[in-house]
Amino acid sequence: MNSDTTTHNETKISIRDLKLWYGDFEALHGIDLDILSGKVTAFIGPSGCGKSTFLRTMNRMNDRIPSCRVEGQILLEGQDIYAPEVDVVQLRTHVGMVFQKPNPFPKSIYENIAYAPRIHGLVSDGPDMDELVETSLKKASIWNEVKDKLQQSGTALSGGQQQRLCIARTIAVKPDVILMDEPCSALDPIATAKIEELMDELKQEFTIVIVTHNMQQAARVSDYTAYFYLGDLIEYADTHTIFTAPKHQKTEDYITGRFG
Amino acid sequence: MNQHTIKRFEDELNELKDKVLAMGGLVEKATKRSMNSLIKQDAKRAHKVIERDHAINAMEIEIDEMSRTILALRQPAASDLRFVMTTIKVVTDLERMGDLAENIAENMLKTEEHPLTQVSSLQSLADLVLDQLKEALDAFAKGDMAEAMICIESDNKVHAKYKSMQREYLTYMMEDPRQITAGLIASDIARSLERIGDHAVNIAEMVVYMVKGHEVRHVDHDTAAALIGGELQDKT
Repeated sequence: MNSDTTTHNETKISIRDLKLWYGDFEALHGIDLDILSGKVTAFIGPSGCGKSTFLRTMNRMNDRIPSCRVEGQILLEGQDIYAPEVDVVQLRTHVGMVFQKPNPFPKSIYENIAYAPRIHGLVSDGPDMDELVETSLKKASIWNEVKDKLQQSGTALSGGQQQRLCIARTIAVKPDVILMDEPCSALDPIATAKIEELMDELKQEFTIVIVTHNMQQAARVSDYTAYFYLGDLIEYADTHTIFTAPKHQKTEDYITGRFG
Repeated sequence: MNQHTIKRFEDELNELKDKVLAMGGLVEKATKRSMNSLIKQDAKRAHKVIERDHAINAMEIEIDEMSRTILALRQPAASDLRFVMTTIKVVTDLERMGDLAENIAENMLKTEEHPLTQVSSLQSLADLVLDQLKEALDAFAKGDMAEAMICIESDNKVHAKYKSMQREYLTYMMEDPRQITAGLIASDIARSLERIGDHAVNIAEMVVYMVKGHEVRHVDHDTAAALIGGELQDKT
């Protein structure tokens, strides 16, 4: 948790007047927000507030939904990620994603990590790949648990281990940003604590954006918190402020459990 | 403000507030009674204050326990967190105030051998700090920053009066050494009253934190008043 708002951090992703429609339904009503580099930013809000939709615009996951239309700008280090020349596959190596349910490939633990770097031509098989697999698994704090069974299937691991494997898979392609969409909602408290601890370490190297329904988790892991309600960004401030003295009544009501 | 979705949580917070106010009522009563014992030279009342201090102490423990339970089980945030933090601080001040009222009662018992000549100035000091206590408790009950500010601002007046009384006692004691014991007793009572006022100000400062999250402890009263005043104007 970081209550220090005076330090000026670099902006990693700058979102300007972002609007999003599913068909005729406007799900996001013009969001302006800066994601700071090397910090954990949490999005909170009731179901249907647009927080996951918003998260998914940042690596264009919404492109897969035919009726979805986006207006406005998302600048990743100054580059508009919705510009026509942008290669979405390349974009997703820069902005990785971890999902609610752990989804390892039905392949070996080793292959789960090696697959993406290989197809992107980042590393060729051999000692370099072995090293990348090892460092990725180490960074995801799962190396010790799997180092003796790298050829076993990733799906045979426990839920918490699978999720850390997925995080290792995400960081293997050396992204700038990791998006996490409720990464712990399918995990028990111990596995959750391990992921939270991991996020704290990962933010040294990566910018993390997390959507969570668990407000205490947002309070524990994030440096900045954004509260969304009905497609609007209501309040965005350092996490300490949001959880001790939020400025907006709507935020206050949600944080304190007075919501509707 | 809307009600909590979890009604039992709402009830627990209300109960906590009621307990703090009840404890404040006991402290008010103890202070008034100790002063009455002095004015009316009624040792029975003084004994009553001393005997009943344990009730105030017991409430401190009970309220602390309730606050702990809420922190552990409900993990309050934002205004709820500030409210629980405030109760924890406020009961400590109230408990000290209870001890100070007891101190006044104990001093009263000494005045049977060493009668005080100037009780009326002590009574007017007591009236000032009892007003402060009432303002602080009202401010806490209603979450009223304007009321809290009145309490904080009257601290200057109380302090000035206390200082002038101490000078007065010193003069009496220098003029007539036989008055030294009585002068020290009066001085100690004045000191207890002044400190009750200080604790009331502490409570009022915590109320400001409770309402808006502003920290006005350990800043001078003018700065605090400016901070709260600005906030009050924002509202209108």
